[in-house]
Amino acid sequence: MIVCLKQVPMATELPWDPKTGTLSRDRAEGMMNPACKHALEAALMIRHQHGGHITAITMGPPMTEEILREALAMGADRCLMLSDKAMSGADTFVTSYTLARAIEIFCSDFDLVLCGCHTTDSETAQVGPQLAEELHIPGIANVEHLEMNSDAIRIRRISDSFLEVLEVDPPCLLTVSCQHFVPRYVPLAGLQDAFSGANILAVSAEDLGIDPRRIGLQGSPTRIVDIYTPRADKENIVLKGAPKKIVEELFERFETKLGGIIRKDLNKEG
Amino acid sequence: MAEKTPEIWVFGDYRNYFQNRVTLQLLSRAHDLAGKTGAIVCAVVFGQGVQEWVGEYIAHGANRVYVVEDASLAYYSTDLYVAVMESLARQCSPEIILVGATSFGREFAPRVAKRLGTGLTADCVGLDINTEGLLVQTAPAFGGNLLSRIITPRTRPQMATVRPGTFQEIPHNYQAEGETVRVPLPQNLPKDRVRLISSERKPAGSQKLEDSPVVVCGGRGMGSKSRFRNLNELARLLGGEVGATRPVVYSRWAEEDSMVGQADKHIRPKVLFSFGVSGAIQHTAGIIDAGFVIAVNKNPNAAMMKMADVAIVADANQVCLALIKELKKRLRS
Ligand SMILES: Cc1cc2nc3c(=O)[nH]c(=O)nc-3n(C[C@H](O)[C@H](O)[C@H](O)COP(=O)(O)OP(=O)(O)OC[C@H]3O[C@@H](n4cnc5c(N)ncnc54)[C@H](O)[C@@H]3O)c2cc1C
Repeated sequence: MIVCLKQVPMATELPWDPKTGTLSRDRAEGMMNPACKHALEAALMIRHQHGGHITAITMGPPMTEEILREALAMGADRCLMLSDKAMSGADTFVTSYTLARAIEIFCSDFDLVLCGCHTTDSETAQVGPQLAEELHIPGIANVEHLEMNSDAIRIRRISDSFLEVLEVDPPCLLTVSCQHFVPRYVPLAGLQDAFSGANILAVSAEDLGIDPRRIGLQGSPTRIVDIYTPRADKENIVLKGAPKKIVEELFERFETKLGGIIRKDLNKEG
Repeated sequence: MAEKTPEIWVFGDYRNYFQNRVTLQLLSRAHDLAGKTGAIVCAVVFGQGVQEWVGEYIAHGANRVYVVEDASLAYYSTDLYVAVMESLARQCSPEIILVGATSFGREFAPRVAKRLGTGLTADCVGLDINTEGLLVQTAPAFGGNLLSRIITPRTRPQMATVRPGTFQEIPHNYQAEGETVRVPLPQNLPKDRVRLISSERKPAGSQKLEDSPVVVCGGRGMGSKSRFRNLNELARLLGGEVGATRPVVYSRWAEEDSMVGQADKHIRPKVLFSFGVSGAIQHTAGIIDAGFVIAVNKNPNAAMMKMADVAIVADANQVCLALIKELKKRLRS
C-alpha cells in the first residue's frame, strides 16, 4: 500500500495572530493535511486486518520530513521523501507526474494507493485522480467506507446526492474523505527523536531520472498570476458599546442593507 | 484554410439538474467569455435519452450541443466519460473546457486534463479573459481567505472546474436556436474498471439554508443551547435561516443540517449575521460567497471579525436580544 501525504501550513488551525490580526508567521508551522491523515489511518486499518506493507510518500521542502516522522510514528513501514528545488512550484499536473515516477521506481508492485480527498491549503482535490491517470489505474474519490474481499475492494461513498456502492480490483487509487477513518492519536514528542532519520529515503529529481524541465514550476501547465485577500475591499467598520446603542447605530448606518430584509409579512401572522 | 471558430465547452452535468444548476450557470458565463473572444458556446452531453437536456442547454445559451448517446453512458462512469471526453476534445480542439465543481466534475475533470496534457484550476469562483485573450481563473485557497488568479498559458484547452452558485444563469429562452451535433461513441472504448453495485439518491436534504438571502450563524460564543435558540427568533424576524459551527452542532445546540463549512454547506446570503463565531478556516470556507457580513464577538481580533463589513465588539446574546427587540418595534410601527 502507498499513502500520499502532504504537509500544509498549520495556519488552518490557528490562522490569526490575536495581537495584529494577521496571519502569524511563527505559527505557520507545518502539519499533516487532515485528509491525508485519514488516508493513512485507512491504510493502517487495512494492514491490521489483511496484513501488508505501508509506504508513505510526500513531496515538498526538506521540513516536510516532519510529517513522515509522524507517519512512521503512526505506523507506516517506510517513507519516501521527494525533495528537490527542481520540484518546487509544482501544480497538480506535475505533482502527480512526479509522484507516479517515484511510485514506479520504488514501489511498482503496489496494490492500493490512498490519498486524502483534498488539502486544506490549495484544496484542488486533483492530485489523486491525476495520479491514478498517470499510473493507468482506476480511481475512486471521496471513499467513506471500504471492505477488502478476496480480490475486489468494495467501496461506499457519496457522490453528489447519490449513495454509491462500487467495486474495483486492485491495483487502484482511492481518495479518502474526512468523515471516517478517524486517525489514531500519537504522542508526537519523544517519538520524533526515536525516528529521526530512520526509514526515510530522500529522493531527488535525478534519482527519478526525470527531466527537470518537466517538473516543478517550469513543467506546470498552470501559472499563478497573483494572490490576494478577497476581504481587503471590505470596510470593516467596528462598533462597540451598549448592545441597544449598537443596534440603533446599525440600523441608522446600514438602513439600505438591512431595511430590505426584514420580514414585513410577519404583521399578518399576528 | 479558414481559421476555425474557437469553441468554449461546458460539460453538461445534468444528474442533479434540479438541485444544482451549475451547467446553466457556466453556459451563461461561457456566453460572456465568448463575447470577448469571438468563440461559440458548446455544451457537451453524454448519456442515454438526453434530448431533454440538449433543448435545455440551447435555451440557456449554448450555440451548439455535442451529444454522445449510448446505453453504456447511462450511468456517470468516470472511466467511460473521461475516455469519451478525451476523444471528442481531440477531434474538436476546444479553447476552453468548463466543468461544474460537483463531486463528479472534480473527479472527472482532473483525469481529462491529464489525458489532454493540460492544466486545470479547481473550484473557481471567477472566470475572465485577459488582454492576451487567456482565461483567467480565480481559485480560492486556505478556505477562501486567499484567492489566486491562474492562467494556462501554453497548453490547450484551458480547463477549470467552477463552484456552483458562482454565476447567474441566463433565463430560459424558448426561441433560442442551436445546432445539435451527434457524435458516435468512440471505437475501442476501454471497459469501465469500476463496477457499480448500487446507486441510490439520498433523500434530498433541504436547500433552504444554502438558498436563503439572510442567514444568522451562531458559534460557541452564544454560550448555551437556550441562548442559541434566540437566534431562531432573530432569523424568523429577518426572514432568514439559522446556520451553525461544528462545535455547536456537536453540542446539539443546533441540528446537524445547519452546519456551515468546508465539508458541508456553502451558503451565499445577501446578508450574514455571525454570532460568537471565531472564524476558523473550516467554517469560513462555507461563507466566502456571503454578501454583507455582520459579526458579533467579544474578541475584536477574532478572524471572523476581520472579515466582516461590520464588526460588533459585544456579547453575542445581548446583541441578538437587542436586535430582536428593535426588529419587533420596527415591525409594529
Ligand atoms: C477536519 C476539520 C473539519 C472541520 N469542519 C468544520 C465545518 O465544516 N464547519 C465548522 O464550523 N467547523 C469545522 N471545523 C471546526 C473548526 O476548526 C472550528 O473549531 C469551529 O468552526 C469553531 O467554532 P466556533 O467558532 O463556534 O467556536 P470557537 O472557535 O470556540 O469560537 C467561539 C468564539 O466566540 C467568541 N465568544 C465567546 N464568548 C462570547 C460572547 N459571550 N459573546 C460574543 N462572542 C463570544 C470567542 O471570542 C470566539 O471567537 C472543522 C475542523 C476540522 C479539524
